[in-house]
Amino acid sequence: MKRILATSILSLALATAAYAEPVKIGVITTLSGGGAGLGIDMRDAFTLAIKQSGNKDIELVIEDDAQKPEIAVQLAEKMIQSDKVDLLTGIIWSNLAMAVVPNTVAQDIVYLSPNAGPSALAGANCNANYFNVAYQNDNFHEAMGQYANKDYKKTFILAPNYPAGKDALTGFKRFYKGELAGEVYTQVGQTDYAAEIAQIRDSGADSVFFFLPGGMGISFMKQYAQSGVSTPVMGPGFSFDQDVLGAIGDAALGVKNSATWSKDLDNDANKKFVEAFKTEYKRLPSIYAAQSWDAANLILAALSKASVKDKDAFKTALKSADFKSVRGKFVFNNNNHPIQNVYVREVVKEDGVLTNKIIATAFEDHKDAYADKCKM
Amino acid sequence: MSTALLLEQLLNGLQLGVMLFLMAAGLTLVFGVMGVINLAHGSLYMIGAFACAIVASATGSFWLGLIASLVAAAAAGAIIEVVVIRRLYERDHLDQVLATFALILIFSEGSRWIFGSFPLYLDIPPVLQGAVPLPGGGLYQLYRLAIIGVGIAVASGLYMLISHTRLGMRIRAGESDREMIAALGVDIQALYTIVFALGAALAGLAGALIGALQSVQVGMGEPVLILAFVVVVIGGIGSIKGALVGAILVGLLDTMGRFLLPKTLALILPASQAGMIGGALASMLIYIAMALILAFRPRGLFAA
Repeated sequence: MKRILATSILSLALATAAYAEPVKIGVITTLSGGGAGLGIDMRDAFTLAIKQSGNKDIELVIEDDAQKPEIAVQLAEKMIQSDKVDLLTGIIWSNLAMAVVPNTVAQDIVYLSPNAGPSALAGANCNANYFNVAYQNDNFHEAMGQYANKDYKKTFILAPNYPAGKDALTGFKRFYKGELAGEVYTQVGQTDYAAEIAQIRDSGADSVFFFLPGGMGISFMKQYAQSGVSTPVMGPGFSFDQDVLGAIGDAALGVKNSATWSKDLDNDANKKFVEAFKTEYKRLPSIYAAQSWDAANLILAALSKASVKDKDAFKTALKSADFKSVRGKFVFNNNNHPIQNVYVREVVKEDGVLTNKIIATAFEDHKDAYADKCKM
Repeated sequence: MSTALLLEQLLNGLQLGVMLFLMAAGLTLVFGVMGVINLAHGSLYMIGAFACAIVASATGSFWLGLIASLVAAAAAGAIIEVVVIRRLYERDHLDQVLATFALILIFSEGSRWIFGSFPLYLDIPPVLQGAVPLPGGGLYQLYRLAIIGVGIAVASGLYMLISHTRLGMRIRAGESDREMIAALGVDIQALYTIVFALGAALAGLAGALIGALQSVQVGMGEPVLILAFVVVVIGGIGSIKGALVGAILVGLLDTMGRFLLPKTLALILPASQAGMIGGALASMLIYIAMALILAFRPRGLFAA
């Protein structure tokens, strides 16, 4: 009897051996300034996923980059050099990712992106240490370009002047067959869009496509709704996600937008996630929250297969993506970017709260346009 | 390009200018009269917007919110002056910058702590919703016209206050010789508090007006503050007239640059490149203008 007990304890100990060693994860995200809503959703979902896993060996080092590239670079250096983190994650904005990721992966530290997916890191400069759990930047916009072909012939397109903004309009144009009524790049963090709205009015466009995440989109939509311009708008999910819908108000009702995730996606992992997030934080999760939840679960799944110290085995475990994604099916392409469905959603009101519901699938198992150039 | 578009863009530039004037007027008054560089002026703008959003959502009236924004920002301004700024008059500018920068952090993190990081909802009052026709066949947002109206009213009010009242006389006297006016028996401390609260109220008013147009969130004041400083430097530090001229100049230059530069470049470059380069150049335009003006008039257009 004693022996049976001893062996069972031993085998239990062995089974949890992969968990036993401490793992340190550095999270650099935007927790202050106009973009803070996105980073806070990222942080909240990520920490909740780790908490719910019951894994006590994971230590998180969370810092605020204030949406500034130079601060993000310093934080990454600090986390790698003095905190000795095993993994880095968390960055929301592509210009910050461009400042941090190349240097991080060059030091043989694994970086998992919960949001930013700049094209420069997806093609020839792809890296075995860089995993994008979210998307390649172009994807959402490609889907909207594809969907726009159905209804529109002359679209006015608008995005901020930074890597993700350029990727956005490139992505839209890749699949859109109509004519462009105008193509305008605004400043990052811009809050007044009167000059752009005037150009839209004058352009004779039959539709407007805009990518303006966070506070930028709120300002644009509020001003657009009041401007007397009635041209229909559309955008990627970022422009109409849970973090901004409340502040935009009813002006967003009925707007079509594209995303790889929506809270009504019908799978068990997603139901569990939406429920857990709502219970813990008393609000609905956004795309950023969903992607970060996936990032945390991908890390947890890989940790149960391999030690984080055995880099090659750990990367293989990550690449196998053996976890239950809230987006349903989830596979990594050769460039460590996801192959996934992209949906078209519509803004609706449920119990007095603005939210999105899926109305169509724009792409099934969509791959990004840069994977061919990646030699992995 | 139609005349309607050009007219609309001119109005947009004017509206931005008027809003910058509300910010810059307080900044330049405080610097002119007290010699204090107040970086926390952007926080007062934020306080005005938050007060308006909260009162408007509690009472359902934007107008009550607007009054609340004036009261809250003026009160915050008076408290800042009494508690912090008063200790800084004799110190050099570096100490003032450090202390008021600390105030920015305190106000930003404080409001994040109380209200969270997600933007608050503040909508335009029903009477000012929608757009009105412009000559030439265009349409223009009514609320923006109202902002221009408020700006003109405030500018004339300030002019009357400063040139035709006893308080204005003291402010002017304070600008030209602080020691002398105190020696003549004017309660200089009370004057300072009043000027500071007045500047704060104007910033709060700007915050509330713009909050309804854009979004009410933590950190909304800092980008405006930078533009307001550009206005003050261009206009000449301490000069209200300079602030008005500088604000309109910056507003028009920024709006027209954002609109015309990409269009001009599109004549020689492909559209998307012209958009990117034009956009980048447009964001530098007002700083280039500031550098040029300073090269020829080092003390600004209307140096006090």
